[in-house]
Amino acid sequence: MTPGSKPPGRSARDLERYAGLFAQRTKVMTSSAMRDLMAITERPEVISLAGGLPDTSTFPPSSYAAIMQSVATEACARALQYGPTEGMQVVKRCIAEVMAEEGTAVDPDDVLVTTGGQQVIDLMCKTLIDPGDVIVAEAPTYPGAIPAFTSYQADVVQVGMDGDGMLIDELEATLDALERDGRRPKFVYTIPNFQNPGGVTMSLPRRRRLVEVAAERELLVLEDNPYGLLRYEGDPLPTLRSLDTEEFVVYLGTFSKILSPGIRLGWAAAPRPVLQKMNVGKQGVDLCSSSMTQCFVAAYFESGRWQDYLASLIGIYRRRRDVMFEALADSFPRESEWTRPEGGLFLWATLPDYLDTTDLLARALQENVAFVPGRAAFLDGRGGSSMRLNFSGIGEDDIRDGIRRIGEVVREQVDLYSTLTGKPAASPRREEPAPDNIVHIRRRAG
Amino acid sequence: MSTIAVLKGGRSLERNVSLTSGARVEDALERLGHDVVAIDVGHDLVTRLREAAPDVAFVALHGRDGEDGTVQELLEVLAIPYTGSGVSSCIRCADKVLAKHAFLDAGLPTPDFFAWNEAAFKELGAADALPAIEDRLDFPIVVKPARQGSALGIKFARSAADVPAALVAAFSYDAKVLLERFVDGRELAVSILDGEVLPVVEAIPRDEDFYDFEARYEIGRTDFVCPADLGGATERVQRTALQAYELLDCAGFARVDAILDAEGVPQLLEINTVPGLTETSLLPQAAEAAGISFDELVARLVELARATPQAAR
Repeated sequence: MTPGSKPPGRSARDLERYAGLFAQRTKVMTSSAMRDLMAITERPEVISLAGGLPDTSTFPPSSYAAIMQSVATEACARALQYGPTEGMQVVKRCIAEVMAEEGTAVDPDDVLVTTGGQQVIDLMCKTLIDPGDVIVAEAPTYPGAIPAFTSYQADVVQVGMDGDGMLIDELEATLDALERDGRRPKFVYTIPNFQNPGGVTMSLPRRRRLVEVAAERELLVLEDNPYGLLRYEGDPLPTLRSLDTEEFVVYLGTFSKILSPGIRLGWAAAPRPVLQKMNVGKQGVDLCSSSMTQCFVAAYFESGRWQDYLASLIGIYRRRRDVMFEALADSFPRESEWTRPEGGLFLWATLPDYLDTTDLLARALQENVAFVPGRAAFLDGRGGSSMRLNFSGIGEDDIRDGIRRIGEVVREQVDLYSTLTGKPAASPRREEPAPDNIVHIRRRAG
Repeated sequence: MSTIAVLKGGRSLERNVSLTSGARVEDALERLGHDVVAIDVGHDLVTRLREAAPDVAFVALHGRDGEDGTVQELLEVLAIPYTGSGVSSCIRCADKVLAKHAFLDAGLPTPDFFAWNEAAFKELGAADALPAIEDRLDFPIVVKPARQGSALGIKFARSAADVPAALVAAFSYDAKVLLERFVDGRELAVSILDGEVLPVVEAIPRDEDFYDFEARYEIGRTDFVCPADLGGATERVQRTALQAYELLDCAGFARVDAILDAEGVPQLLEINTVPGLTETSLLPQAAEAAGISFDELVARLVELARATPQAAR
């Protein structure tokens, strides 16, 4: 047998050969039906409102070339070398600049540069979660966080939201109930700005209260803030970290939405003891994040134009969001509602409760359009009549066309339901504006 | 050694499973010494088949197009021998309503059912007949799309109030749906290879919500036992499955799904003419229990495809 060839009669694809070796945590899986459906959304003919992508085609190729050229001439050896686990000092200064833009002061020494913001979620779990430990998240929550949580065998408890973000009263009641069971959550996971997937923003009073609750109960808050600078209207609100005087907030930031997700760079700003543990955790994962892309970021910020690019993105995404609002009002039936995010990439639409958006996706795919079914944002099967819609990744015409196609299949199902029940279907909502910031889980409760 | 085209993927909702089945078949064929041409089925299918000029096409497609006679018809036109059942058999098996009518006509047991297309509700007022159906079937009622593999779109209606939403969900997958009496019993999968019945697989859901159909197919939520311990019922189960297979002119292989009711009667649910061939699929497990390795299974199917003249399908 030649080296490298497979032994006869065996194949690397035969899962059962390895079945006995897999860890228990790999057995936690999401719905297979949903996985199968989502696989089809990637076909090229499908208009996908399911993605979570920023539009990188807006980045000028000439700038990219100039930055890469300057990295090559000025920092070649450094870009090709390992770097420190905590990240390059120059990049941490860029991070401090980005956070300052949102009114948050940070000492670069409190920052850990990571491989995308996603790594912060993973490192938080790695550092804090033993199997069975509780994480509190919003309902609905970021679908991409769920595999990170479940792979550490965390027990995720989801707390409801309304138009002002996480319901802090419900959070406290949940924490009380857990405490009575002798369980103390390790951290509360929240996306306060333009939440993914809900599209809502946590109000200032709730931000203050959340930070207080964390300090009172001595538990951490993971503030995931990838979109904070992508605000299209309204006044910015202070980050949880900037309100936190007792050091219970771990802040997650990323360059993905303000520059590029392809460079895979994010960061954590955390209390030192937590940061040190995360640093050790990161050493085991990848030693350091890419030096090459850190040099890219450094050169990009040195050119001094990152705010200009951000401003151009805000203009593009605002228009796309508004096109989506308009298309929804035109083509979704009266019985549906959706949130009106002031920024970010997503909105959350909710249909009459007799419609199941997982089944609807199968129907929508026949019309070559896709969205994320609401169930993907819950661990307990809720969200069945909701969907997440992305407005950043595709152009205005595709948004119009995509929403129109979804609206048609929704209309078709609403009509069918009314035929089956003998109740008349309502007309499209056209004449009235969508209600303000509604997350279907619960209406604004103050 | 021959050239074998493995047809997989496609536009069906079961694309993912098909890609896994296909990949596993490719490996087996390579180990058997064949030249393998893998084709992810799309617009260029005919062109690619003409280029490859395979001796046999291995159909590893599940669901729409691949299991309903469409691709089989195309292979007939191109005169390429293919694995599994022929056009007419695929058409009748893929449509649960056609298959169940054939069972009834032949006196084979299948749960009571009623089926309509969307037009019946929209144009003929079939909704007015729902209460009568609900009386005849008792709750819970299982609502299914007529032509959709896997568990997609299958809902349990526990009361009359659940029926309209369950119908809307089922209509997401097909323009024809059926309402079927729920049979409380043991879930069985009877695999058949070239007219030989393989050991029966029983699916035993763990104590999850019994009505959460999707969850029951998740890894770790259902135990599969093969051979199933059916005592004296084994012979009847196997005989009934084989009768169904022969009734619908299946060829090569198929998996007959049934529920063994309290009286020991295997109530036929459906026949899958291209059953899953993944590591966790039931037919390969049954073959394994009969001492037939996956490679042998694939080899037999290719051999059978070659030996069956097209006109005989």
